[in-house]
Amino acid sequence: MSARVTAARPPIAAPHLRRDAWWALPLTVVIVLGSFIVYSTWAAFQNAHYWAPPYLSPFYSPCLSATCLHVTFGYGLPEIQLPIIGILSPAFLILWGPGLFRLTCYYYRKAYYRSFWLSPPACALPDAQRRYTGETRFPLVLQNYHRYLWYVAVIFIVLLTWDAVLAFRFPRPAGGTEFGIGVGTLVMWANVILLAGYTFSCHSCRHVCGGHVDVFSKAPTRYRLWHVITRLNEQHPTFAWLSLFSVGLTDLYIRLVSLGVIRDLRII
Amino acid sequence: MPTVTMHVFRGDARGGDFKEYRVEADPGMVVLDLIHRIQATQATDLAVRWNCKAGKCGSCSAEIDGKPRLMCMTRMDLFNEGEPISVAPIRGFPAIRDLVTDVSYNYVKAKQVPPLRIKPPEPDGTYRMMQEDIDRIQEFHKCIECFLCQDVCHVIRDHEENKRAFAGPRFFIKLASLDMHPLDTVDRSAFVKDAAGVGLCNITKCCTEVCPEHIHITDNAIIPLKERMADEFFDPVVWLLRKFRSKKKQPA
Repeated sequence: MSARVTAARPPIAAPHLRRDAWWALPLTVVIVLGSFIVYSTWAAFQNAHYWAPPYLSPFYSPCLSATCLHVTFGYGLPEIQLPIIGILSPAFLILWGPGLFRLTCYYYRKAYYRSFWLSPPACALPDAQRRYTGETRFPLVLQNYHRYLWYVAVIFIVLLTWDAVLAFRFPRPAGGTEFGIGVGTLVMWANVILLAGYTFSCHSCRHVCGGHVDVFSKAPTRYRLWHVITRLNEQHPTFAWLSLFSVGLTDLYIRLVSLGVIRDLRII
Repeated sequence: MPTVTMHVFRGDARGGDFKEYRVEADPGMVVLDLIHRIQATQATDLAVRWNCKAGKCGSCSAEIDGKPRLMCMTRMDLFNEGEPISVAPIRGFPAIRDLVTDVSYNYVKAKQVPPLRIKPPEPDGTYRMMQEDIDRIQEFHKCIECFLCQDVCHVIRDHEENKRAFAGPRFFIKLASLDMHPLDTVDRSAFVKDAAGVGLCNITKCCTEVCPEHIHITDNAIIPLKERMADEFFDPVVWLLRKFRSKKKQPA
């Protein structure tokens, strides 16, 4: 390495010279992402009001444990009891998948490295970390397994789509079910569409489906797939935020209907 | 003609400070025009590197109000009237004098990149590439080597010790363009991981934000390189599949 590389930088005392509101974006991310984490953790601990027939909250889908009220996958696994806390909730069987998918997502990495880690909080501002090894050491080196979480996320899209299909099947007062559409049905479909948009615009999806190919002309299907996912990928941050809101609001809607705070309007 | 207050860094590696200049700005002027006016009328010894004045040579990189930009592409009507504008050298590199820095780190890194080694020609003696084969890498060829991405990258801007093992965004573009080249035969995966240090990048996207050519450095070059590195070093399924396939590329 050239000796000049380590020569002195321009002697400017101020840590940065930006005069714009650079702090607004990281602060917004902290507030929004922090609020979602608090709400989803609270909702996961509730183990109640996640089911307002025919709607199942995405935080509790699929229902795997015997305590779950939704019958699609229920009656299977034993109840989950957290050590010490002792709280039962099927949500703990579920949320690790989508949670880790978002945690290792390339877009969210940018968001939380900037906003929570302050590494750096904004461009051309000093990094708050004194030592920096990026994603080369444990635990951050595990970010390289993001694609495996993407595979898990795809399974959740299938399950949530099934839940959205079941949201057309309303219970009859006399017993049995009938076809119908309620506001909750639309909420669940909007949620699954946004979640699918987020999942299939993922950078790892783009690579696995075609980005790994060097000679596209010899792999026309993968090229077309890569091309479509690339267009979607340009909107990945938008999908990341919209799907975060939608999944939280879907749970909230179903929770409020289940609690009787609001009434689900039947459209058909 | 409004008078603009400019705070321009004057000095070298031994010391320096911002000096205030009041200069008249004509409509349509860019920051480089005002720097030239200061140089012509008030500070004839002001050192500034420039060449094309058209955003294509990548010479006039600076930090204007703290943001890495090309001086020739920063219009004065971007700023609020009456507010002073600071012009500093790009702080990621050693100072030479005033607004000029020593960017030779980048030339050292450029020499380390394993070059393109194309496969043998087809039986008729020609090479064939389809448009879809090179669509991806044409974006990377827009790079003008202004090194604003290198300047803003906190991996080296704030951690001098990483310079040895980190190529920086400009060279990740270069590496991606070579690695995705349809005729290339070189396996750069070990170089990308160890010598270029793509794992050090935490994809905070500042390189993309400052690129005057609007190259999607992070999304289209760095993340695909990280995914290719994952193929090679982290994904056991891909590793297993490759055991059954002949390796097409040779180590660098």
